[in-house]
Amino acid sequence: MTYSTLLIAVLIALGGAYLLGRNRARTLSSQGIKMHSLATHYGALVALWTTLPPLLILLLWALLEPRVIDLILTAQLPDSIRAGGEAEIRLALSKVYNLANDSDLMGQQGLLGPVAEHLQALQARVTLLRGGVIMSLLLLGGALTWRRIQPDLRARSEVEGIVRILLFASSAIAVLTTLGILASVLFESILFFQKVPVTEFLFGTSWSPQVALRADQSGSSGSFGAVPLFTGTLLISAIAMAIAVPVGLMAAIYLSEYATPRVRQLAKPALEVLAGIPTVVYGFFAALTVAPVIRGLGESMGLEVSSESALAAGLVMGIMIIPFVSSLSDDVINAVPQSLRDGSYGLGATRSETIRQVVIPAALPGIVGAVMLAVSRAIGETMIVAMAAGLAANLTANPLDSVTTVTVQIVTLLVGDQEFDSPKTLAAFALGLVLFVVTLALNYVALKIVQKYREQYD
Amino acid sequence: MSIIENHETVGTPFCSNPKLSARDVGVFYGDKQAIFDVSLDIGSNEVIALIGPSGCGKSTFLRSLNRMNDTIDICRVTGEILLDGENIYDPKVDVVPLRATVGMVFQKPNPFPKSIYDNISYGPRIHGLASSRVDLDEIVERSLQRAGLWTEVKDRLHSPGTGLSGGQQQRLCIARTIAVEPEVILMDEPCSALDPIATAKIEELIDELRENYTIAIVTHSMQQAARVSQRTAYFHLGQLIEVNNTDMVFTTPEHQLTEAYITGRFG
Ligand SMILES: Nc1ncnc2c1ncn2[C@@H]1O[C@H](COP(=O)(O)OP(=O)(O)OP(=O)(O)O)[C@@H](O)[C@H]1O
Ligand SMILES: [Mg+2]
Repeated sequence: MTYSTLLIAVLIALGGAYLLGRNRARTLSSQGIKMHSLATHYGALVALWTTLPPLLILLLWALLEPRVIDLILTAQLPDSIRAGGEAEIRLALSKVYNLANDSDLMGQQGLLGPVAEHLQALQARVTLLRGGVIMSLLLLGGALTWRRIQPDLRARSEVEGIVRILLFASSAIAVLTTLGILASVLFESILFFQKVPVTEFLFGTSWSPQVALRADQSGSSGSFGAVPLFTGTLLISAIAMAIAVPVGLMAAIYLSEYATPRVRQLAKPALEVLAGIPTVVYGFFAALTVAPVIRGLGESMGLEVSSESALAAGLVMGIMIIPFVSSLSDDVINAVPQSLRDGSYGLGATRSETIRQVVIPAALPGIVGAVMLAVSRAIGETMIVAMAAGLAANLTANPLDSVTTVTVQIVTLLVGDQEFDSPKTLAAFALGLVLFVVTLALNYVALKIVQKYREQYD
Repeated sequence: MSIIENHETVGTPFCSNPKLSARDVGVFYGDKQAIFDVSLDIGSNEVIALIGPSGCGKSTFLRSLNRMNDTIDICRVTGEILLDGENIYDPKVDVVPLRATVGMVFQKPNPFPKSIYDNISYGPRIHGLASSRVDLDEIVERSLQRAGLWTEVKDRLHSPGTGLSGGQQQRLCIARTIAVEPEVILMDEPCSALDPIATAKIEELIDELRENYTIAIVTHSMQQAARVSQRTAYFHLGQLIEVNNTDMVFTTPEHQLTEAYITGRFG
């Protein structure tokens, strides 16, 4: 049986086992027997023990099966191929798979023909075995648990124990994935730093990652000073935040303190639509609309503006982030208790005094959190910058120049055919590591600020 | 129970030297009327207790005395409320100085998330009452002293007000109100979140404050009303049933509803 049929079978078993278990418990209690738990708990228990073990086995099976089959096939390859080394074996194996799965090709027997035939037979047997194992596990688990249903079986505590393990497993998956990603980024970065010194990467001011792909190619040897990328990222993020924080915050204050419920009802979703626009759309808005306007304006004032400017990208990114800031700040401002406002009004404070001196300070931790979140969003944003700010790694603080950012460079480094151990590719991982560390630090700082306020004011 | 047709408040709702006078006051939340034709004088330097069953409109009436109801969109007030003879609902009146003159202390202590010092100095600062830092220090000290909190907090003026105990917080809120030099203080169940010792302190404080201020206090505790007030007003379903000297209300109430309430037959 294929994986999908097996999965469907497991699902059906889940429902069936639940009903069977519940009904047995009901029957028992209708005979006047006092059960330890509710009938639904017995149902859930049978359902869990029926389906969890087969699911687990199925998962392991899916992971291990290809490897085992590869091993078996490798042993059967002709000696001439096995002598050819890793790459040749892999090539031969993939040919075998093609032969076995495509009936048209089966005709053209060759050196690999017998192996392919063997594979077909093997696959048929494995599929049968898999179906058998899973089905018997289903039946066995169901039957054993069903028989365990007795008045003194503590089904509720057992179900809760299993559910707790499931919940733990889910959070463990999230954490482990993060750790895995971090480990791989770290590993590749270390490879990079073996080729390019850390100090050159962190403090070098020239970035041109082009390296010769083949020995006979002419090309620069590449230089990996990432400072222009850092300053470019900073410049654009700063411009974006300079737009998003004041506008977003003031919008939030208007919406939560001044707007009538009607206006609020209309304006809040409208603002949130901004957050739903894909960043590519912002990107071409920046590149095709905003950038030319800025260029035109600048030139009419006699300034030299490059056609792809940090200002255009930063402005548009700021607009993109406004709903982020405003929606989060609006929530925290609304969470400030009405009693504080009443206290202030009761002393004869005006609305704006109340907002400035009571509401905002009380909401500050949340607002800081919102801003920090917006900053990490700005630093991680790629599309707008790629389209509107250009690729030139200029070391400049002039917002009218074209600059590039860490994220954009990661993209350009990895786009196209790449050798996976060239410094050019590995540099992307080093940049990724920097991004990761910075974002982590930002979140940590935000958390600390929030905690400090909590301690003081709660 | 429904409202009484053509009800006239019994007892002595009026007095000779009123600080605040309500005349035919009605309060509406949207279409729903919460206060019906209430006329009541609050005399200078007296403490008047407002009592009545839950939901009868005590808070609503109290909040209309300094126009705190303005902060509720759907709330509308009819009739007149005169402060020193001037109608506070006159369109020409600015609520900012009004609320500084008629201050309010709430049921739950609500110190601002600021230091003790800043909690007190907030009002004087926004009203420009202090011309210098020294002035401000003096106002803070005087207000805390009058609220009986000075000795307890003088060494921690710059730690957060929210770090005080519930009773201390409530006295901080009273001090905060005193700091803007009001003439009337409205208190809405100021002790309902406090333990008996903190309550006793606040009651003592109210008695002292009477010398300089006019006070209206909403309370659910009849003992408290008896201890701190000179006159007591009994509200019932938005109507003012009876106003009399406090001892009279609690010993020989005139109206049968008042009697039913104070003998605990409902409420
Ligand atoms: N913001 C509001 N919106 C609508 N109705 C309100 C509002 N506040 C109070 N009410 C209504 O007005 C009536 C009087 O309420 P109020 O809070 O003045 O009673 P109270 O006497 O202070 O009661 P308690 O002793 O429980 O504090 C109640 O029926 C209440 O439901
Ligand atoms: Mg009330």
